[in-house]
Amino acid sequence: MDQPILALKGIHKSFPGVKALDNACLNVYPGKVMALLGENGAGKSTLMKVLTGIYALDQGEVRYQDRKINFAGPRESQEAGIGIIHQELNLIPELTIAENIFLGREITNAFGGIKWSVMFDEADALLQRLNVKHKSSQLLGELSLGEQQMVEIAKALSFKSNVIIMDEPTDALTDTETASLFKVINELRDAGYGIVYISHRLKEIFEICDDITVLRDGKFITEQKVADIDEDTLIELMVGRRLDEQYPRIESSHGTTCLEVKNLSAADVHNVSFTLNHGEILGVSGLMGAGRTELMKVIYGALKRDSGELLLEGTSIHPHNPQQGLAYGIAYISEDRKGDGLILGLSVKENMSLCALKQFSKGIQLDHQAETMAVEDFIGLFNIKTPSKNQIIGNLSGGNQQKVAIAKGLMTRPKVLILDEPTRGVDVGAKKEIYQLINQFKAEGMSIILVSSEMPEVLGMSDRIIVMHQGRISGEFNHADADQEKLMACAVGKISNEVTA
Amino acid sequence: MNNKVIETQHKSKLFNKEWFIEQKSLIALILLITVVAFMNEYFFTVNNLLNILRQTSVIAIIAAGMTLVILTAGIDLSVGSILALCGAFAASMISLEIPIFIAVPISLLGGALLGCATGGIIAKGKVQAFIATLVTMTLLRGVTMVYTDGRPISAGYTDVADNFAWFGTGYVFGIPVPVWIMIAVFAAIWYLLNHTRFGRYVYALGGNESATLLSGINVDRVKIGVYAICGLLSALAGIIITSRLSSAQPTAGMGYELDAIAAVVVGGTSLAGGKGRIMGTLIGALIIGVLNNALNLLDVSSYFQMIVKALVILLAVLVDNKHK
Repeated sequence: MDQPILALKGIHKSFPGVKALDNACLNVYPGKVMALLGENGAGKSTLMKVLTGIYALDQGEVRYQDRKINFAGPRESQEAGIGIIHQELNLIPELTIAENIFLGREITNAFGGIKWSVMFDEADALLQRLNVKHKSSQLLGELSLGEQQMVEIAKALSFKSNVIIMDEPTDALTDTETASLFKVINELRDAGYGIVYISHRLKEIFEICDDITVLRDGKFITEQKVADIDEDTLIELMVGRRLDEQYPRIESSHGTTCLEVKNLSAADVHNVSFTLNHGEILGVSGLMGAGRTELMKVIYGALKRDSGELLLEGTSIHPHNPQQGLAYGIAYISEDRKGDGLILGLSVKENMSLCALKQFSKGIQLDHQAETMAVEDFIGLFNIKTPSKNQIIGNLSGGNQQKVAIAKGLMTRPKVLILDEPTRGVDVGAKKEIYQLINQFKAEGMSIILVSSEMPEVLGMSDRIIVMHQGRISGEFNHADADQEKLMACAVGKISNEVTA
Repeated sequence: MNNKVIETQHKSKLFNKEWFIEQKSLIALILLITVVAFMNEYFFTVNNLLNILRQTSVIAIIAAGMTLVILTAGIDLSVGSILALCGAFAASMISLEIPIFIAVPISLLGGALLGCATGGIIAKGKVQAFIATLVTMTLLRGVTMVYTDGRPISAGYTDVADNFAWFGTGYVFGIPVPVWIMIAVFAAIWYLLNHTRFGRYVYALGGNESATLLSGINVDRVKIGVYAICGLLSALAGIIITSRLSSAQPTAGMGYELDAIAAVVVGGTSLAGGKGRIMGTLIGALIIGVLNNALNLLDVSSYFQMIVKALVILLAVLVDNKHK
């Protein structure tokens, strides 16, 4: 192969309790498109953040144009010629296209006044190069998402970039927009740019990329030419890890149906049907943005339902808000613990009892004694490591916070417990404890929905598994029939709908 | 292992630094009183201290309601206007010789309803609290001006008016009635915040609204509730002022929203919501009250008073930020 323009070698990066990158490597060649692949959490984004200087690396080397470099921040890496287009666009809709492209680097005269005509001309030239049929004096907000993506690329080009990194660029694009993006990528490749293309969509990898690099658990797995590989091998490379014994599955005889979802549709959820039995763990797998969280929030009542039916123990229910969802006996533990799961400034006690305060009241007065007793019971039962029940929850570790979040849901004594990414950001030891707790609830006959992006977790814990892709169920498996390859195939939309029993 | 470290840190702090930080507004108040007492011999007399308490009571009562609103990460600029309108309303009822036990509750109810309406605009209309209450502040001041025709409304010289004057000028056990009312208000809000579900929800809402919503709490009801209580307490303050002056001024309570907010902030409650104590607000109001009184006793001109007051509030907030 040619000499890489950008090479990351043996990159190590640890966060407290997690080794995010463990000897990760990536080479970018001029005039080639390199695909960077891996499961959620494999370390792709972390690697890009190390490259652009958002994170400092612990160990390893970044070589760019044959020089060892160490960027202090995104501004430095940008100026050196490494442009990154993040998954979420960093543009301001209220400004013109030209202002967005030159934000923070406006072309000014001696008095600091902006030379508008020069700026618009330069921006127009960039847009023309990318075949965007808009004048750069137009407001960005008037453009479609795909066109906005093009503006991001124009911005990257305006830095005189040699390397352009695209993180899931087609996530928000329509098919035609994707096609025109690919046209631009092809042109950039022909012009000698080195391109890194991060995507979950395997079809696109085979269409647009020249080489692939696979990361798994922060480790470099392989670098190969796309021409030498097929889709199945690729999936195997991405997930190819054996299940170890960290998932203490317990068998339980399944009772009757607890929750039945029929043809449920909402924003980002299309015609979803499934059933959940008493004493069962139903795993829900899929990639980020597949509509899993949305589906769960619709069931809980936090998001609006457009059509479809929910049957809880045979009766039709219509939760319009979380209050009603809880009243019906559905508890939802959010994936976003800090955003909408916990109230970080309040204590362990106050967080844990928040949903269930009615149980701990006599008239209008809180029954502090009953509340304290219940909270302390759960702290003991869940082995929550906290100096006291009055500790501010923001000071606890991720695993202990998560245990509080689960306890909070359980205090309402739900029939259906929905756990959305219950082990995200949780260290290995606490993970195992959480799995044991989930199994305990299951043994007691609770119905549990386990949403997780970690396939081993879903495979190890669930009795049945459904896979979602773009808001639809793309596969349903009994745990005995499922493996990572099958789940991944369904998750990326290569549908193999093996509905069993 | 980690937990032990946290625990020991926690314990050692509990007895010194943590405690001082927690009580810093109280310490500041005591310090202020001590310093002024040495500078002026009249300051530390029972008469003057009662005077300070009585003068502080109106702002303190408003600030108690404001504390609830600010704890939910809101703000209420309309308190002064509600005070004036409800005060005027009470004055005209008293002048018509409507008995106190009808006139006062109706005025209070009016304040609560006005607060409800403000809360409704904020919760249901999804309008920012600042904008919504800026609107009601202007609107209600206008309504007051129209209602009073820009002139004071006298409570009259009837027996009813004499009885009504008790709220502002009376004494019970040698302590002015407004001070008793202030004590009762703070006790009630303290109970509400610490011993009811509603109070817990107020903290939760201010700490993280989306998490509170997802926890199955009727966030709208909590929001409307705090503005209703704030409106009710503003009306109560209006009754005290009207009673004391035995007439309602159309411009009463102008600028009180800022004094109340200052008292809340000096008392250590975060404008970002979710953090704060009601007793901090009482101390905050007293600090401002003592300062006002002391500057008067020390013959500082009213122009300089504004500057000193502003600097003290700035200092309080800066010190507070440092320990966050």
